[in-house]
Amino acid sequence: MVKELVVISGKGGTGKTSVMSAFASMARNMVLCDADVDAADLHLIMEPDIKERHEFQSGSTAGIISEKCTNCGLCRDLCRFDAISEDYVVDPVACEGCGVCHYFCPEEAVDFSLNTCGEWFLSESRFGPVVHARLGIAEENSGKLVSLVRQEGRRLAEERDLNLILTDGPPGVGCPVIASLGGASSVLIVAEPSVSGMHDMERVVQLADFFNVPAMLCVNKFDLNSDKTREIETFARDKKVAVVGRIPFDPTFTKAMVKGKTILEYDSDSDAAGEVKKIWEKIGEKIGI
Amino acid sequence: MIISIASGKGGTGKTTVSTNLAVSLESEVQLLDCDVEEPNSHLFIRPTIEKVEKITTPVPEVDENKCTLCGKCGEICQFKAIVVIGETVLPFHELCHSCGGCVEVCPEKAITETARELGILECGHRNSLEFVHGRLRVGEAMSPPLIRAVRAHTKGALTIIDAPPGTSCPVIASMNGADFVLLVTEPTPFGLHDLKLAVGAVRMLGIPCGLVINRSDMGDDKVWAYAEEEGIPILMEIPFDRKIAEAYSRGDLLVEVMPEWKEKFQGLLKDIEKLI
Repeated sequence: MVKELVVISGKGGTGKTSVMSAFASMARNMVLCDADVDAADLHLIMEPDIKERHEFQSGSTAGIISEKCTNCGLCRDLCRFDAISEDYVVDPVACEGCGVCHYFCPEEAVDFSLNTCGEWFLSESRFGPVVHARLGIAEENSGKLVSLVRQEGRRLAEERDLNLILTDGPPGVGCPVIASLGGASSVLIVAEPSVSGMHDMERVVQLADFFNVPAMLCVNKFDLNSDKTREIETFARDKKVAVVGRIPFDPTFTKAMVKGKTILEYDSDSDAAGEVKKIWEKIGEKIGI
Repeated sequence: MIISIASGKGGTGKTTVSTNLAVSLESEVQLLDCDVEEPNSHLFIRPTIEKVEKITTPVPEVDENKCTLCGKCGEICQFKAIVVIGETVLPFHELCHSCGGCVEVCPEKAITETARELGILECGHRNSLEFVHGRLRVGEAMSPPLIRAVRAHTKGALTIIDAPPGTSCPVIASMNGADFVLLVTEPTPFGLHDLKLAVGAVRMLGIPCGLVINRSDMGDDKVWAYAEEEGIPILMEIPFDRKIAEAYSRGDLLVEVMPEWKEKFQGLLKDIEKLI
């Protein structure tokens, strides 16, 4: 059966993508998915060779056809998003895409066409196939694009008989994160030892529990605050989250990123690389790969 | 004046800049934390919370005695949040965008609205600084209405908004209508890549912007070249300093640990004022 490990963090910038790409250089028979579709960074390390490019269409935006509009005001009365100006122009940023104006306009003066709000790609990389995407700037439906990326990842895994999907998740706990958790075999939470890291980790632990996905946790940059590291680990154990390791603060991560490499490719003897290897072994035991 | 602090990439230092800027100013100022999925500003500001409000959004409720299963509600709904299945009509509240279309379209007036909780909003103070943030309920996907509720508290001479990471709808809801966007980045390939996306969003909204480069000595020099090319002013550079990172980890404000930064943040506001 195909297993999917999703790496999330709650707080941004804890090192999800760096840790996850290090895993990619050790894993075999795997598909990589970048589910952080509105600030996707994994491709900067994977340098994927794009084999297929697809438009992502989802949702619609209203547009008033001024020649047909009689300025009756019904659309302005019905719109709950203040998206239609006094001179009957739709603000595409404010428009929620609900289509109420389009449906009720007595003159059929509201156009409501499908949006192309991003692209998704099937690529090959030195570590295996990659499914990634780019949500258009300021676009909605990031959750749907995340689901699509994961669905394509699963399809590829089944087609090529690969047993693991490694998914780089988005920050936060909202729509795209929820979309990246459903049906996953397990999540790895990459936490950082700070008051914000603690706060945000508690919320993602709750979220994983809410969606019944078994969680594991590692602390990155643990030596910046050893007390907070212990606090995070204690909290995790109390919530039945498996603590799989600690990674020291190590500028080697940044140096590797600048060179477009994973930390294992750049300097596999560094302290951080050593810890990442141990964490990967533990994860392997836990999820059975 | 409204200044939104955004970044594209997470963890670049938005909250550090927002909170330290807010406490350094001696004038009347408001700090709104719009990162409702993972709000962190309060951990550094430590405000006295004076008011807690539940934030809800209207969602449909169907009176089955009046419903004739005509299906018009399902037809108008763009979000598949209400559907007729067999002999019953099912609303899916978590998918609902609260547009009110189903209520309006129902010929039998069988649909009314009820409130669904999205999260809470908390207001308070730290001395003269007014603080507001939202906290999305864990498991809830819909953050923009909560962000709008936080922003509805905007008032007075100066409002600082701590925005969420990314470039999609929650970020736009936190930047739209601001007078200035201060972008916080780090000089790494990830930082630069996501900064470019954030600049794209800011430009689309037509808002002037400037840059803070955090951990300015860890990475490469490409962000400076990009800023020059794009004509984006660099307003502050914060070098990596283990003392800063450790203070942050404990929840201490930079200006408390290294008071010499207070003047720099005051200067940052003056520079922003010149650019508007």
